[in-house]
Amino acid sequence: MNQPTTPSGEHLLSNMPEKAAVEATAPPSSPPAAKTIRVALIGNPNTGKTTLFNALCGLRQKTGNYPGVTVEIRKGYFHYGDHTFEVVDLPGTYSLSPRSPDEMLAVELVLGLRTDEPAPDVLLSIVDASNLERNLYLTCQLFELGKPVVLALNMMDLVERQGKEIDVVHLQERLGVLAVPMKANRKIGLEALRESLLQAAAGKAPPLPKVFPEQLERELVRLADWLRERLRLQNLASSVHVEQKCQQQLACSRFLLQRLLLDVGGSVERRVRAVTGEELTSVLDAARQRLAEQGIALAGLEPRARYSWLRERLRGCVHQVREPATNWTDRIDRLLTHKVYGTLIFLALMLLVFWSIFSGAEPVMHALEYGITRGGEFLADLFLPQPGMLRSLFLDGVIKGVGSVLMFLPQIMILFGFIAVLEDCGYMARAAFLMDKLMARCGLSGKSFIPLLSSFACAIPGIMATRVIEDRRDRLATILIAPLMSCSARLPVYNLMIAAFITTQGFLGHLLPALVLLGMYLIGITLAPLVAWALKRTVLQGETPIFLLELPPYQIPSLRLIAYRMVERGWAFVRRAGTLILASMVLIWALLYFPRTGPDHRGNEIDYEATCAELRERLDSAEDRATKERLHQEYLAVQGQWRRNSWLGRAGRWLEPLIRPLGWDWRIGMAALASFPAREVVVGTLGIIFDVGEDFEGEAESRQLRQQLQLATWQDGSGKPLFTVSVALSLMVFFALCSQCVSTLAVIRRETNSWGWPVFTFFYMTILAYLGALLVYQVGKYIG
Amino acid sequence: MSVLYVRRLNELLPGQRGHVVAIEGNDHISRRLMEMGLLEGELIEVLALAPLGDPMEIKIGSYRLSLRSSEAQRVSVCLNVADDH
Repeated sequence: MNQPTTPSGEHLLSNMPEKAAVEATAPPSSPPAAKTIRVALIGNPNTGKTTLFNALCGLRQKTGNYPGVTVEIRKGYFHYGDHTFEVVDLPGTYSLSPRSPDEMLAVELVLGLRTDEPAPDVLLSIVDASNLERNLYLTCQLFELGKPVVLALNMMDLVERQGKEIDVVHLQERLGVLAVPMKANRKIGLEALRESLLQAAAGKAPPLPKVFPEQLERELVRLADWLRERLRLQNLASSVHVEQKCQQQLACSRFLLQRLLLDVGGSVERRVRAVTGEELTSVLDAARQRLAEQGIALAGLEPRARYSWLRERLRGCVHQVREPATNWTDRIDRLLTHKVYGTLIFLALMLLVFWSIFSGAEPVMHALEYGITRGGEFLADLFLPQPGMLRSLFLDGVIKGVGSVLMFLPQIMILFGFIAVLEDCGYMARAAFLMDKLMARCGLSGKSFIPLLSSFACAIPGIMATRVIEDRRDRLATILIAPLMSCSARLPVYNLMIAAFITTQGFLGHLLPALVLLGMYLIGITLAPLVAWALKRTVLQGETPIFLLELPPYQIPSLRLIAYRMVERGWAFVRRAGTLILASMVLIWALLYFPRTGPDHRGNEIDYEATCAELRERLDSAEDRATKERLHQEYLAVQGQWRRNSWLGRAGRWLEPLIRPLGWDWRIGMAALASFPAREVVVGTLGIIFDVGEDFEGEAESRQLRQQLQLATWQDGSGKPLFTVSVALSLMVFFALCSQCVSTLAVIRRETNSWGWPVFTFFYMTILAYLGALLVYQVGKYIG
Repeated sequence: MSVLYVRRLNELLPGQRGHVVAIEGNDHISRRLMEMGLLEGELIEVLALAPLGDPMEIKIGSYRLSLRSSEAQRVSVCLNVADDH
């Protein structure tokens, strides 16, 4: 939706909209009528920011994607008075000193440095009022931006529980901003907040906080002079107003100058250096050196200076008026973060989450599948009663595609229901705390645990759940290894192969299938940490993110908000991954459908579609069982011939030299290709190719497929059986590791906001799967 | 008179309390620790250790943080032994 901006950072200093500068120095006396007032919502994590955003804007929201960043920025709208407000929900952060592209985006949006987004008119700073000083650190940085700020004092209920009272009038005077006490989760304080936003948009920016020593301020001026001169020389030929322009730009980028000097090796320094060249480094080094000579160490200067300023400002603003109520968080935490009980409770909870996604969703999924199939047939009978391409496209392409999109909804909504509860009540951070050491061993953090666990049921909700991971590299690594967890769609493949080929007599006969199944799960569990470790050392290389997690106070979650999150996530999946999944289903349908004519199993040239329709008609009108049986066999044979002759079948044949080392013939290869939309499709495809149809609801049909596979022989005339134990294991290992699931790839595309990562996932997993299958087959053949 | 001991935060056990004396390092990690309110003079208390001994949960002011021992070792804490009794 947004035009990409120049990545060079050119706009950072030279294309800055003049409007921003004008507003910073001379705010208009009243907001012009009918103008949209832009609000940037910013705050620490766990302050109820998203709750406030939803309460303010309701469903009038949209999401924006920005190139090069993985965070999703939401925008919402509301009306108040004669004005429309546009609220941009920025990612939760503790500080505005950007180190990653994601953090830099927040700074750019707040300052209005992006050409695709106008600058905000008001900054809405939401704080947890029960923890005022720490939360105001970020607000204090916002005061440097020269824009009106409104302070939302959220979680006033917690302040009351602490037995404290905030003197809001005094606080407003001390900070020079409007402050609104609120309980966003109960929609208390919203009207006052809207009114304050309107007032602030017409008002002045708060006074600049004087937090830094004089010497540093002097260095900032010196740096500004150097930059101005530098830019003037660079732009000399192009403009006469450069001097004036630069002045405006630099006047309103006081904050950027601070960042330049204070954040050694930060994102702002990198951006500016892209414009000014290497000279910047020496200028900054010299400035820092001069400060050091005057006894001013930059390390920790800003936090110390801002906190001491805040402490002085906050004096007399918060009063202890009552005895604090019982601190339940302390008591609950003693149990939930306990070494033994905490771990047991955590494991029980995770078991419940996993069981709910794995088994709890199943009846709903079956009902959905039944409903969609029957509904599709009903519609097809109504509008496309004649057999033909359109009916086939509708039933086997579109309806199956829609079905496979909707099928994920129960799992997604159940997982996000749990995540919403766990996050809102404050347990999510504890879960990350408990599991961190385990995940740290493969370079991840505790926050990756729940997404990866969910992936054992299905990688789709698992990948969507990686949003809880703030660090971009950690999140990407988790997304990329999530599909290695053995999901429930692999079970039909495992079950078929194990039932047909992994059979022995006696005691081992009971144990072996279970061991093989366990082995399939272990392959993913063993390889995933290794892949994560390798990724973190190659494509996702970078500084180790700090694991500094706030453990928020426990709270009772709101049912309304949980339901809202479940529906929102489910809808986001359908809307944003649905089309891609549907398109690939139609593509695979076409590859299996065309060409429609070709030789039948006797070598006669026939129209498959017409022959199948004719056979079905005769089958329906046949009287005796023997004829029915014969016609059914005939029908299956034509179906099989049709698919074997299809483009996909031909692709399988072309690929045969490549898959021969895996012990597969082209028919197995074709089945693997056809399962690109979803792994479980391979079972139905094998059924069609081996002439037993694709419906395996009943035990009789499954037994028939197993028998057909056991009887299948190589077609090179040798008559050797096609499937051996090694071939079955090779196929299972392939499916344990491959990425034959278009929905996973579609979700990775959406979550990473790039095509590169799904393509990367597909290739690395396919290569891994190929090598795994190769190893298993070759070793198996050697052992005999 | 109580005896003062200076220890690194990662050496503290659950239940032990003390005042922050210093935060070592001038990289972004030390900076983040300080931005989160871990400053000289603050009273902190170790609440719990995770099952595998790392990370730790600490209380500082009215809020709780979790941090790994690799980061906690940058923080030196002045332990008041009288608190133990």
